[in-house]
Amino acid sequence: MPEHQSHSYCLKAPPPASRIEEEMYKGQSGMWSWLFHRISGLGILLFLFIHIVDVSMLSFGPGVYNQSVVLFDYVVVRLLSLALVIAVLYHTFNGIRIMAIDFWRKGSRYQRAMFGIVLAATIIVFIPMAYYIMGPAFQWLTQAPHAATTGH
Amino acid sequence: MNILIRIKRFDPERDSKPYWDEFRVEADPIDRLLDTLNTIKWTMDGTLTFRRSCAHGVCGSDAMRINGRNRLACKVLMRDVGNKVTIEPMLGYAVIKDLVVDMDRFFEKYRSVKPFLITYDNEPGTERLQSQAQREVYDEGTKCILCGACTGSCPSIWGNPDWVGPASIVNAHRFIFDSRDQGAAERLQLLSRKDGVWRCRTIFNCADACPRGIPVTDLIEQVKRAIVYGGPEEA
Repeated sequence: MPEHQSHSYCLKAPPPASRIEEEMYKGQSGMWSWLFHRISGLGILLFLFIHIVDVSMLSFGPGVYNQSVVLFDYVVVRLLSLALVIAVLYHTFNGIRIMAIDFWRKGSRYQRAMFGIVLAATIIVFIPMAYYIMGPAFQWLTQAPHAATTGH
Repeated sequence: MNILIRIKRFDPERDSKPYWDEFRVEADPIDRLLDTLNTIKWTMDGTLTFRRSCAHGVCGSDAMRINGRNRLACKVLMRDVGNKVTIEPMLGYAVIKDLVVDMDRFFEKYRSVKPFLITYDNEPGTERLQSQAQREVYDEGTKCILCGACTGSCPSIWGNPDWVGPASIVNAHRFIFDSRDQGAAERLQLLSRKDGVWRCRTIFNCADACPRGIPVTDLIEQVKRAIVYGGPEEA
């Protein structure tokens, strides 16, 4: 083989930088449980700040408070409330899972099964709560048209 | 089988950033991925750089990120990776070149947990006896080959490179729970500090990544409990 051919790989130009892409580590259920736990925790913290503000409206009297909590009647805010409920439920059940992993000798061995239980429990408890949160937003479906327009 | 192999490459003397390189390779389904990497290096592109020594899953040199997960290239068969394989250097380490990562800090942290027998009594006239049950307690930790796959799979390490990391804790566990060893208290004290066991968030990536099947997170949890309860659990 001629010399220039045997060393041809040294002359290969660097490919364009646009071909770089980062790929996420393919962690299994444990990584997702941790990631959801973090995100739900931050979400709940965010709600805590909103909650402090809305409750503090009481100090301005019942009129101001009643006006401010009307915010929670908006469909968008009801949807955000659903997200909050999911976050609280998941964070609670997964918190119990984490404590079981920490304090129960066999906790690590059953962590995957416990993650399944956490998800199932979250969904089961979420459904009735979602019904009560979203129900009033869909009253216009079950009521006569004039009742919906005079709702507030 | 004809396989497309994508490798994330980086040559510090030439590249400013890593880039994806692709190779089409003919491989047997029962070839190991390491054989395929050798085929590339020996017949297609001699500049491809990766570590390998024993090639039989014992030395722990060829840990890399294969299809998104840390694995040893010598323990992965071609039939298990599909027709398109993505190979990257492990996360959490500085890349030296291509798939070779800087393990200096890894071994520095490993040494920091005193992974050797500590005794303060006079040396016994005979050997230090141990029952089978006492040996069983720390059996999992003895399987570690220090490949670094667990530490490189740990989000806590990605976020905080100062953390001692799962591999060091596994090797601390191996001595903390050894009935012949008397250094448990000092190791537990080292591991209860800010960058000790408590940065483990029980993510379990380490246990999945371990090519030796060590339940890494379980061992870390045992060390956490030993700190909380003031010493290792008895056999």
